[in-house]
This record gives sequence, C-alpha cells and structure tokens, in this order.
Amino acid sequence: MQTAIPDKPALSRLFRMQWEEAQNNYVLLYPEGMVKLNGSAAEILKRCDGQHSVPAIVEELEQAFQTAGLQADVDDFLRAASERGWFA
Amino acid sequence: MDAAAIPPPLWLLAELTYRCPLHCPFCYNPVDYANERTELSTEQWFDVLRQARQLGAAQLGFSGGEPLLRDDLEELVGEGRRLGFYTNLITSGIGLTEPRLARMKELGLDHIQLSFQDSTREMNDFLSSTKTFDLKARVARLIKQYDYPMVLNVVLHRFNLDHVDRIIDMALEMGVEYLELANTQYYGWGLVNRAQLMPTREQLLRAEAVVNEYRARIGNKVRILFVVPDYFEDRPKACMNGWGSVFLGIAPDGTALPCHAARTLPGIAFPNVRAFSLREIWYASGAFNRYRGDAWMKSPCRDCAEKNKDFGGCRCQAYALTGDAENADPVCGKSERHGEVLAVVMRAQQRVEDGVRPIVFRTDANSRGMGNGGV
Repeated sequence: MQTAIPDKPALSRLFRMQWEEAQNNYVLLYPEGMVKLNGSAAEILKRCDGQHSVPAIVEELEQAFQTAGLQADVDDFLRAASERGWFA
Repeated sequence: MDAAAIPPPLWLLAELTYRCPLHCPFCYNPVDYANERTELSTEQWFDVLRQARQLGAAQLGFSGGEPLLRDDLEELVGEGRRLGFYTNLITSGIGLTEPRLARMKELGLDHIQLSFQDSTREMNDFLSSTKTFDLKARVARLIKQYDYPMVLNVVLHRFNLDHVDRIIDMALEMGVEYLELANTQYYGWGLVNRAQLMPTREQLLRAEAVVNEYRARIGNKVRILFVVPDYFEDRPKACMNGWGSVFLGIAPDGTALPCHAARTLPGIAFPNVRAFSLREIWYASGAFNRYRGDAWMKSPCRDCAEKNKDFGGCRCQAYALTGDAENADPVCGKSERHGEVLAVVMRAQQRVEDGVRPIVFRTDANSRGMGNGGV
C-alpha cells in the first residue's frame, strides 16, 4: 500500500527521537522497539516538526550542508518513513 | 568473547514481582516462582535503572507478574523516564486505576501494553481463571482516554486461534496502535501445558490467512504483529537476538538473566545485582558470556551457514527438549532431534479430548509442587 507523505510531516506520538551517547547516534524509540538513525535520516527527522513543509525541509538541509539536489533523497526517505508509520 | 566486541545492552526488562492476580496457563514465569518471594527494594531498582542507562540501555520494560502490585511502580516509571529511557508498562490491567494512570502520564510513561486472553468474556475469564474481562475492557478505555500509545497483547493457542478475527475487531474498536498476536512459546507454565495449548496446523494457517486479510483491508490503522509459533517452523528463532547481545532481564530478586527462562538451565550461576555491578554482570560474568559468539556450538550449528542469523535458536528450548543447552534448538530441521518436535505437533493434530490431562493453572499451590524444570 502506497502511503502519501504528509505536507508538513511530524513524528507520530508513538515515536521519540533522541541522541544516544552509548551508541553515538540518534535513535527512534517506540513501543518495545528502537531504530538507529544514520546522520542524514536524523537531520531530516529533526525538521519533521509539523511546521516545515517538505520543500522547506529540503531547502534548509541544502543550506545547512551547502549542497544542492537533495529533493529526491529526502522524498525517498520521507516515503519510506511514512510507510513505516513514523508520521502523525 | 573479547569485552570490546560485546555490544551494550539496549533493552532492560525489570520484572518487578512474580506476584500476579491472574493464573494464565501459558505464563512464561518460572513454574517454581512461589518458592522465591524476595523482591528488590525501590532504592535497589533505582540503582539498577541508573546503571543500565549508563551502560546504554534505552528501552525499559516494567513487567512481572503484575507490576502494578508494586506500590512504587510510579516512582520507578518516573525515574526511568527522567534517565531518558523509553518506558513500557506491560500489564494485565488489574489494578490500573484512573489515579495511577493519570500519575504515570504526568511522570512520562511512554506506552502501555495491555494483555487480554481472548475476545470473549468466557474464554478470557476461563484462561486467566478470574472474572476480569469487563475490568480489562474498562481499563482499555481509560488507557485511550489518557492518550497513551497502546499495544494489545493476546497470547494465542488452540483455545483462541479460531477467534483471531474477533480479536482484531476488538483491537480496532479499542483504537490501539499495535496488536501483538503472540503464539504461545513453550516455556515455564506454557511447557507444562504444551499438550493442551498446542494448536493444529490448520488452525494456525486459517488464523494467518485472517490476519493477512485484515492487514490488506485496514492498512496501518492497527499494526498487527503475528509471532509465529516456532514448533511449526523448520528454522529456529534468533532467540533474544543472541545470548547477551541486546536483552538484560532482572528478576524480582535481582538475578540478572540473558532471557526470561534462563534459570531453567542447570549449572549456570546467574549473577545478582545485589552482589555485582551491571557492568561486571554484562561484560565479565560467566553466565552472560556463556553462549556469546559461536565457540560453544556443536554440530550442526558449528558448521551451519545460518549460525550468525539464528545463533542456533534458543538455549532454554534446546535444554528443555534435548537435555543439552548446547545442542541445536530442535525446532531446526537440521537438528537430529527435530523429529521429536514434529511428533509434538503431530499429536496436536490427532488429539482426542479425553486422554489429555487437565490444564495446570499458574497458582501458588501448583507452583509450590513444581521443581525447577516444571515436572
């Protein structure tokens, strides 16, 4: 089933993102489970606050990392995250 | 295994007490739980939580028995959340009053897993040997009223596998986020009652088909986890994701365990948090190092291409069914003892109602009569 990406994605209340010192990475915690996030996933998810639109997330990331052409990667990640039910 | 190669524990399960108002015949608690009544104090648990968090554990489960029987549960939840754990309460719901729910919400409890024994009052109350169905239904409504993320957990076996459709309907009606349909694992009381609980293959296939129909229909509305019963498989489960790899369980008396059932294994001295630090226990104890890596394996595991995938299955099951914890878990088709598992499944197909002894409910009286192994 194809899940649509929300206009302004926000993490579902089932999930909590936090930095884990012992693992040296961000994780997503949810009922009885945990996903380790790589650096780029964490940077995208930090901006999924229900305020940023998808284009705004892309723009901010491109500015922050002084690069261009992130649109496709961000879309792919957001689509996969939607399918996993990470967004409200 | 070199301590530097050992990953930190991620999942701390605090089994606060073995006391429980229910009497479920598939309970995975030790069958001789009634002989052990010592429980850690609040301060001792605080210390365990702090140490585990320092080691890197991020998930914290409060379980039992029924954890609500501890008056200090709220304090422990609050401390766990303060330390940065994702806090899970795993409960029968008995004793989950509105004031306690409200207080734990304030203290930051992240999620509640509520167990039901069936979708019908009759079967729920028969299996738990209590009149608790209506109470549980009220508790489920309260949990949602307080907007907790909620998992509904139902243990499946021959008495309720045919009700899976109604169980899913009940989950939809409750508005839960996850439904865990956990086929009985045959440990503890479940092993004692294996002949009574083992379903037929037809029941299992029908239930799986129903689950798949619902999944296609309801999408992500409720995420359904269907825990496959390993006796019907021909490869073992990657038990605990490997011994001493992720999971650290602390029994009510402070015994540290690499899995809930580990105390059924003979000849292993499991360390107690009252005598050792969690760091010593996790990295240096003989018990936690015993089945790390693959040096302990025998044939066929030793030479198996899948040994890093399933770690030879479950040590407790290997011991319970073959008498040697270092054997391959006999649910594996490569085990020379696999035929015995097939025979158990076969007997379930042919079962006649008489000739099977009655269910042994989890009660203090039954427990006192049990040895460590359950027979």
